[in-house]
Amino acid sequence: MATIQQQQQRRDRIRLALLLTPGLLWLLLFFALPLVIIFLYSFMTNDALGRVVYEPTLNNYITIFTQSLYVNAYWRSIWTSVLTTVICLLIGYPLAVFIARSPQQWRMPLLMLILIPFWTNFLVRIYAWQIILANNGIINSFLEIIGIGRLTLLNTEGATLIGLIYGELPFMVLPLYAAIDRFDFTLMEAAADLGANKVQAFLRIMLPMTMPGIVAGSVLVFIPTLGQFVVSELLGGAKVDYLGNLIQRLFLRANPINWPLGSAMAVLMMLVLLVLIMMYFRVTSEEER
Amino acid sequence: MIKTAPATTASARIRGAFSEGRLTWSGLALTVFSILVYLFLYVPIVILVIFSFTRDEFGVRWTGFTFDWYIRLFNNPRMMGAAWNTLVVATVSTIVSTIIGTLLAMAMERYRFRGRNAIEGLIYLPIVVPEIVMAVALLAFSAIIFDVIRMVTGEVLRRNLATVTIGHIAFSISFVVVVVRTSLKNFDRRLEEAAADLGADSWNIFWRITFPLILPGIIGGALLAFTLSLDDFIISLFLSGPGTSLLPVEVYNRVRRAITPEINAISTLMLILSMALVALSQVLQRRR
Repeated sequence: MATIQQQQQRRDRIRLALLLTPGLLWLLLFFALPLVIIFLYSFMTNDALGRVVYEPTLNNYITIFTQSLYVNAYWRSIWTSVLTTVICLLIGYPLAVFIARSPQQWRMPLLMLILIPFWTNFLVRIYAWQIILANNGIINSFLEIIGIGRLTLLNTEGATLIGLIYGELPFMVLPLYAAIDRFDFTLMEAAADLGANKVQAFLRIMLPMTMPGIVAGSVLVFIPTLGQFVVSELLGGAKVDYLGNLIQRLFLRANPINWPLGSAMAVLMMLVLLVLIMMYFRVTSEEER
Repeated sequence: MIKTAPATTASARIRGAFSEGRLTWSGLALTVFSILVYLFLYVPIVILVIFSFTRDEFGVRWTGFTFDWYIRLFNNPRMMGAAWNTLVVATVSTIVSTIIGTLLAMAMERYRFRGRNAIEGLIYLPIVVPEIVMAVALLAFSAIIFDVIRMVTGEVLRRNLATVTIGHIAFSISFVVVVVRTSLKNFDRRLEEAAADLGADSWNIFWRITFPLILPGIIGGALLAFTLSLDDFIISLFLSGPGTSLLPVEVYNRVRRAITPEINAISTLMLILSMALVALSQVLQRRR
């Protein structure tokens, strides 16, 4: 006969199973399994109609590593993502300090003003820049009035960068604010009293103590930027290929479509991301010490 | 005495820069810089709204006020259909992911079991995997499933609203878990013990004690899931089928061709909806 304790244990186990099963099933079936499939696809090939042919090969990876189209797309995406992340950090950090140091009654409204773009459709916010940068848009109209004349602003790589910074900035500011808000600014005074100058106090006290926010914000900005294709299409005019543009084309629009090659590109992108984030964690955790 | 002098001036300077309310050059610079950043964030949005009322048919210059683009928008069956689809997908996705996510959050926060770390990893992975990777993976998966269905039953299926909804649920679950777990962490478990001592069974404890107390967290998670679904573009692009496109996809297809004030109008409406959702979530948080 089962004791009360055993009965209780069994009930607990059944309850746990009921809580876990729907979520686990969904994530395994509609998240993990699809990832396994594209991993397998990355070693397949395709026929002239774009159908996947189940013959194991390394050709997709060889193509990516040897053809400049693909190699360049990786470098371009990595470089642009690093640049976007760094600029967002340089803009976001002072802004987060400003919000955290504002009088109490101002902090919530100032934070709300960051939250609104955070919750607003990314595509719409990027599209807004098309209106501003268009050939007959407001900046060019203004330039014409003051006598400089029209410039090509839209469909440039600079426009892509502005769009990415604009789109991702809120994702940097929110975690930074969370970290800086917790930071005790009297520590800076203590450092100064002990003879540290402003730069030393910042580098040795504030920077390490707010590092979790920097790491979180950087990761949140870097990941979507690496795979983006909308910004370079809408603002960059799709003149140069970023990773996302190539993957999107290979899966949806190329003639013939090439899912195995696209899968290999996606798998490699995840790998790049993993390596870069691990390197970043290593550097920043040293900084924290 | 001489040695300490530079330190005190440095200290005074830092105090000035970081203290509240006092006006200093560095404080002023920080304020001006921050105002400029806020302008950078908001000027494009304001311009978008203004230019949804312009008469200019290219929608990039101010040539007079009109409501025409909104009227045209509401008479455009494609746009209205896409808007309806978006709301349906977001509603279903929110309901399913909120329920599943809340259950998962309960399991993770309340139980210790073997394989817990692995499950934790699985739950948080969708947040760090680039959306485009998730999108192409789900596209490949759905194609295989459709092939299997065709071979078994002979029925030819296409990507539709269901495939998009499944994708939206898959990435929303993780965010719901994150939000609900925070409210479970701040929860005073002694309340449940007290209820148990007073003779309540676990069903009653959950519905009378636990659920009402974590409800703000659940609503917060649901609002986030709803917004994520409304705003999602990448998974929607890859997983929606012909004739079942969602609003962001419809906007993207139009914008790629040309700027039209009609797009400014629909963008403005989407903007207002987002702001209403932020406001709602803030009001709910205050009441907590």
